[in-house]
Amino acid sequence: MAQHQVNYASAAGLPIALTSVDKLVNWGRSNSLWPLTYGLACCAIEMMASGASRYDFDRMGTIFRASPRQADVMILAGTLSKKHSEFARRLYDQMTEPKWVISMGSCANTGGMFNTYATVQGVDRIIPVDIYLPGCAPRPETLQYALMMLQKKIRRESANMNNNTKQNLRLV
Amino acid sequence: MRKYVPKDNVQGKAYYTDRYWVAPRVPREAVEADSHFATVVKALGRSAKESYVEIGQLVIHIDAAKNLEVMKKLKESCGYTQCSEQSAVDYLAQDGEFELFYQLLNITEAKRVRVVCRIKKGEAIESITSLYKSANFAEREMFDMFGIKVNNHPFLKRILMPDDWEGHPLLKTYPMIGDEFASWYEVDKIFGKEYRDVIGPENRDPSRIDRYDTKRFSRVGYEVPFDADISAGEKEQAIEYSETILVDYTKSSKQLDERR
Repeated sequence: MAQHQVNYASAAGLPIALTSVDKLVNWGRSNSLWPLTYGLACCAIEMMASGASRYDFDRMGTIFRASPRQADVMILAGTLSKKHSEFARRLYDQMTEPKWVISMGSCANTGGMFNTYATVQGVDRIIPVDIYLPGCAPRPETLQYALMMLQKKIRRESANMNNNTKQNLRLV
Repeated sequence: MRKYVPKDNVQGKAYYTDRYWVAPRVPREAVEADSHFATVVKALGRSAKESYVEIGQLVIHIDAAKNLEVMKKLKESCGYTQCSEQSAVDYLAQDGEFELFYQLLNITEAKRVRVVCRIKKGEAIESITSLYKSANFAEREMFDMFGIKVNNHPFLKRILMPDDWEGHPLLKTYPMIGDEFASWYEVDKIFGKEYRDVIGPENRDPSRIDRYDTKRFSRVGYEVPFDADISAGEKEQAIEYSETILVDYTKSSKQLDERR
């Protein structure tokens, strides 16, 4: 009767070792969050200001990448129109796992003041969102705070993304 | 003393109705003799059905079938070399017609002319892109927004809305928040129609609070576990005041900053 013994071959067979691996991996992931260079509207101006020298995203290890293949974070900065929604989703799909999404500003969160036929009423209708950032437009400090919240969130997560149920939320 | 007005529900109803309000009309002046506009009207001859001056601009009503002919005359003999805007106005409910206008500019004289014509629903208009290149996009936009077909246009395709869009949004009959096609457009396009049930309809009220949503809204005083289903019947719970959440503002608060 050796059923009480730990099965070392299976996943999570070594809880102590895995926890520290989680920490190590999440340390790396959370401190090198590379967002996609992707601006939709006026929030993108604030996003650019956050990246520039005064607010300096680089000191957090956040460097904007011009390719979705190299990016971890998608900052949806601005109004997402219905015509563009297809391409926003395609860019999200092109990003490699693990990936996170920040919905920046009222328009991206809920459609904002654009209660019209041509605006997506919240980007969470097409893309699973991790952080909702209020404001119209949010100040660069607010975006930095959102990114720090995302870092905290990543540090709490399991390093094995298959265990995290939030991926493809609402689409399963 | 002022008349007392109950103020308990000022948001619920409007203070006034605009039933008898009539929009002010821009005064229409006759074309002065010996002016530049008089020569323009004379050059057009009988093509100009009606002409008058509105805020320093000449307005000419013409037959929709003669639009290219009139534009050619205005461009070549009157010096109106630029077409700054071209579009339509939906008067379908009033008159069953669209009003099309062409806004023209003469640079040497610094004068503007608006050429106006009317077409019925379903009728097409001749393109003026052979004369004015700038009318290309304007006519595409008119086609996109009103569904007015333009004959002999080099590339008549939707310009603002997606190519597979249904409906013409600037028609007065088009709802502001979109029809059914519009409200499901991104879902149908990206995930397919079967995902409509998964994603659900659009929330057009961003301040909407669902009282049975225990995921996103905290219920101060009526705390329930996260994601608990309370739609059937709510358990009555006693309100427990917490010192840390509810602050008593009547008490003088502790000075945190010593410099004050």
